[in-house]
Amino acid sequence: MATILEMRGITKEFPGVKALDTVNLSVEEGEIHALVGENGAGKSTLMKVLSGVYPHGSYSGDIVYDGEVQAFRNIADSERQGIIIIHQELALVPLLSIAENIFLGNERAERGIIDWRETNRRATELLARVGLAERPETRVDDIGLGKQQLVEIAKALSKNVRLLILDEPTSSLNETDSEKLLELLMEFRRKGITSILISHKLNEISKVADTITVLRDGSAVSRLDCSSGISEGDIIRDMVGRSLEDRYPPRAPEIGGVILEVRDWTVHHPIHADRKVVDGVSFNVRRGEVLGFAGLMGAGRTELAMSLFGRSWGRDISGQALIDGAPADLSTVRRAVNAGLAYATEDRKTYGLVLDDTIRRNVPLANLEAIADTMVVDRHKEAEVAERYRKRLAIKCSSIEQETVNLSGGNQQKVVLAKWLFADPDILILDEPTRGIDVGAKFEIYTVIRDLAMAGKAIIVISSEMPELLGITDRICVMNEGRLVGEMATAEASQERIMSTIIRSTGDRR
Amino acid sequence: MTQTTTNPEHVEPQRSVLRHSLGFIRHHIREYGILFALIAIMAFFQIATGGILLKPVNLTNLILQNSYIIIMAIGMLLVIVAGHIDLSVGSVLGFVGALAAVMIVHWGVNYWVAGIICLGVGAVIGMLQGFWIAYYKIPSFIVTLAGMLVFKGLTLWLLAGQSVGPFPAKFQLIASGFIPDPLGGDGMNLFSFVLGVAVAAILLLMAVRTRRHQARSGVADEPFAFFAIKNALIFTALVYMSWLMADFRGLPNVFIVMALLIAVYSFIASRTTVGRRIYAIGGNEKAARLSGINSARLTFFTFANMGMLAALAGLVFAARLNTATPKAGLAFELDVIAAVFIGGASMSGGVGTIVGAVVGAFIMGVMNNGMSILGIGIDWQQVIKGLVLLAAVIFDVMSKKKG
Ligand SMILES: Nc1ncnc2c1ncn2[C@@H]1O[C@H](COP(=O)(O)OP(=O)(O)OP(=O)(O)O)[C@@H](O)[C@H]1O
Ligand SMILES: [Mg+2]
Repeated sequence: MATILEMRGITKEFPGVKALDTVNLSVEEGEIHALVGENGAGKSTLMKVLSGVYPHGSYSGDIVYDGEVQAFRNIADSERQGIIIIHQELALVPLLSIAENIFLGNERAERGIIDWRETNRRATELLARVGLAERPETRVDDIGLGKQQLVEIAKALSKNVRLLILDEPTSSLNETDSEKLLELLMEFRRKGITSILISHKLNEISKVADTITVLRDGSAVSRLDCSSGISEGDIIRDMVGRSLEDRYPPRAPEIGGVILEVRDWTVHHPIHADRKVVDGVSFNVRRGEVLGFAGLMGAGRTELAMSLFGRSWGRDISGQALIDGAPADLSTVRRAVNAGLAYATEDRKTYGLVLDDTIRRNVPLANLEAIADTMVVDRHKEAEVAERYRKRLAIKCSSIEQETVNLSGGNQQKVVLAKWLFADPDILILDEPTRGIDVGAKFEIYTVIRDLAMAGKAIIVISSEMPELLGITDRICVMNEGRLVGEMATAEASQERIMSTIIRSTGDRR
Repeated sequence: MTQTTTNPEHVEPQRSVLRHSLGFIRHHIREYGILFALIAIMAFFQIATGGILLKPVNLTNLILQNSYIIIMAIGMLLVIVAGHIDLSVGSVLGFVGALAAVMIVHWGVNYWVAGIICLGVGAVIGMLQGFWIAYYKIPSFIVTLAGMLVFKGLTLWLLAGQSVGPFPAKFQLIASGFIPDPLGGDGMNLFSFVLGVAVAAILLLMAVRTRRHQARSGVADEPFAFFAIKNALIFTALVYMSWLMADFRGLPNVFIVMALLIAVYSFIASRTTVGRRIYAIGGNEKAARLSGINSARLTFFTFANMGMLAALAGLVFAARLNTATPKAGLAFELDVIAAVFIGGASMSGGVGTIVGAVVGAFIMGVMNNGMSILGIGIDWQQVIKGLVLLAAVIFDVMSKKKG
C-alpha cells in the first residue's frame, strides 16, 4: 500500500495555546485511520489544518499528499484534491432539500441554470450508495440526525472523495445508525477510499480501524497497528498516559423518598400541533437515585425533559409534576430552577453556551445571585467559582478567560455541566452528559454524578449509550415513540432487554 | 496543550514580558484601538485647525453639541448588546422636544413638571415598541422603523408644521447652563476644576484598587506598563480638559448629567446581574432562556430605557436650540447607531461597552467639529464619516478573526 498522506512536524498555535506541537501523521491509501485522544488533545485542529480551514502559513510543518507538498489556502483547495471533511457539527442547511444540500456550491447547472432532473437523478444515485432510501426532494430537517449524517457523506461522495475525514460522526447517533455508518466506511475501504475517523467510542475504533494514531496534549504519542489485534485498554493507556481499571466508579446507593413525581405528562409538537411527542408519561425519581432514560433518537426523551423544565419545548403541555408530594410550579425556567430543577442540554452550541463569552462568564449564568451582592456581581467570587469548576471537571483551556467558542467540543460540554452543577439543584436532568467526552473525563463525570447522588440529590440521565446507563444508574425507564414502554431496575437490565422492550413496543399503537 | 504564556520567567525575563505584552495587545486590540483612534483623530485636528479644536470655547461647544448623541448612544448600546436595534430614537427625540414645547410654551406648564412628563412619555413609547419586540417577537428593525415614521408624523402634527419657542430662560439652562462656582475662582470656575480633578482622582484610585484585588487573586493579566500608561493618560486628559473648561465658564450642566449617566450605566452593564443577563441574551438567547433568564422582560426594559433616554436627549436638544422644530432629530438615529458600532459593539449582539459607545460618539463629534472648522463641506463630511464607520467595523472584524 502506498502512503497517501503524510503530515510532518505540524505545529499550530493559538494565542496562549500550543494546540499542536510537531505532530506527525501518516496515512496509507485505502485504510481506515483512527485518530484518538482526550478532549482538547488537538484532533479537530489537526484535521482543520489538513483540510485548509487553517490555511497554509498559519501553521508550521508540511502536508505531503499524493507525493506532493500541499499549500491549501482554503477548503476549496483541499476539496479539489479529494480531501473532504465532515465536521463535528453538521453543516447542512435545514430548510433545503437533500438534493439541494448535496450539490450546494457544486450545483448541477448549465450556464447558471440548475438542471433539476439531473440533480435529482444524481442525488438518488448517491443516496443509494450510502444506503439511504429517502426521496431527494425531502427537506433535511424532516429526517433524523443519523440520516443527515449519511447525507453529509453522500455530499462528500459527490465531490469525488479520496480521503474522507469524519470528526466524531457517531457521537450523536444511536447504535443502529452508528453501526450503519461504520459498515459504510468499511465498504468505502473496499472501494479504495481512505478515511480518517475521530471518535471517543473506542469499541467502534477497535472494530473498524486499521491504524490508530493517539494524540495527547498536542503531540502524537503513538501509532498502533491493528492488524495484530488491539484492545481498548491499550488505546486508553496511550490516550491518558495510565491504564484505567474501571470504566465506572463503584457505587453504594442510598435511596431515599420520592422527590419528583410526574403524572401523565403529554406534550404536543410546537408546529404540528396534532402530533403528540410525549404521550402520557408517568415516572418518579427518588433522592439519592440515578434514573436513566433509554431509547432511540426521537423517542421523546429530550422533549420530555425540556417541557418539564420551564415548558421550554412544545405546546399544549398537560400533566402533573409533584415535588416532595406537592404540586410544583414549573411553568417558567426561573420557577423550575427555584423548585430545584436543572437541565443540562445535549445541544451545547444552541442551548448551552454563550459562545462569545468566556468560561468565567458562562459558568455562573444560571445562578448569578450566588455570586452577586444585591445585584452587583462580585467578580472575584465569579473567578473563584469558574476556577473551582475548571479544576473539578478538568476543563482544558488556556485560562478561565478563554472564550468558550474556542474550546474543544468535549470541553464545551464540561462548561455546560459546570453551569448546572453550580446552580446546585436537587433534581438534575443530564441530557447526553458524556457526548463527545473522552474516556478519562467520562469517568470523572460519572464520579461527579455518583457523588451528587450520594449527597441526596436525584439525577436523571438521558443517554443513548446503553453501557453507560447500565454502568451508572439504579433504574432505567425506556421510552419509544413518545411513550414510556418499560421500566426496570438496572440490576436486572441488559442491553438486549432494553432493545427488545423498544422493538416490541414499536408500532403497536397503530 | 502548552501554555506559551507560562514560560519560565527567569530564563528570558525580557522576552517573556514582551511576548506577554504583545499577546495582551492582540487580545485587547479592539478596546485600545478605539481609544488610540480618538487620540489620533484629536491630535490630527488639533494640528490641522491650528489649535482651535482644544480651545476652551470650542471644547465646551463640542461637548454640548454631542451631548444628546452620547445620551442616546448609552441606551442604544444596551439595545444593540441585547441583539436588537432602535431606529426610532431620532423621531422620538423630535417628538418629545415638540411635546415639551407645546406644554411649556403653549400651555404654560411648569418646566419641571413638563420635563418629568416628557421622560415618562419617552419611557412609555419605549415600552410600546418593546412590548411587540419582546413578547410577540416582532423584529425590532420593523417595529422601530414603524415607530420612526409614526413619531415623525406625530411631531409634525403636534407642531402643526411650525417651530415652537422660545423656552423660558430657566429651561434653557439644561443645555446652556454651567455649574455655579461657590469657590469664587478668579476669572475661572474653580469649583469645576476641583470637581474635575476629584473625579479623575477617584477613577484613578478605583483602578488601582481593582488592580490590587486582581493581583491578589492572580487574574491580573494587563501588563503593568499598560495599566500605568493608560491610567496616567486618562487622569491627565481629565484634569487637562476640566482645566480648559474651567477656564471658559466651567463644566456645563449637561456634562454633569452625561458623566453621571456614563458612570451609572457602565456600572449596570459591567457589574450587575441585570447587565450580565442583557449580554447573555444578546450572545445566545436560547441558552440564556434555558439558564432561567427572563429574556422577554429584559428586552422590554431595554427598550423602555432607550425611550426614556431618547426623551432626555429630546429635552436637551430642544433646550439647546431653544425651539422645537419639525425637523429636530432627523437622521440622529444613524449617528447614534454609528457611534455604538464604531465603539466596538457587534451587530449580532452580546458584545460592546458603554465607554466604547461614548468614545465612538466622541470620534464622530470631533470629526464633525474639526471638519467644520476646516471648512470642509457637508458633502465630504458625510463621505468621510461613512468611510470611518466602515473602517472601524472592518478593523473590528479583522482583529477578531486573527485573535
Ligand atoms: N480558535 C482557537 N483559539 C484558541 N484556542 C483554540 C482554538 N481552537 C482550538 N483551541 C484549543 O486547541 C486545543 C485543541 O482543540 P481541538 O478542538 O483540536 O481538540 P479535540 O482533540 O478535537 O478535542 P474534542 O475531543 O473535545 O473535540 C484545545 O485546548 C482548544 O482550547
Ligand atoms: Mg474535536
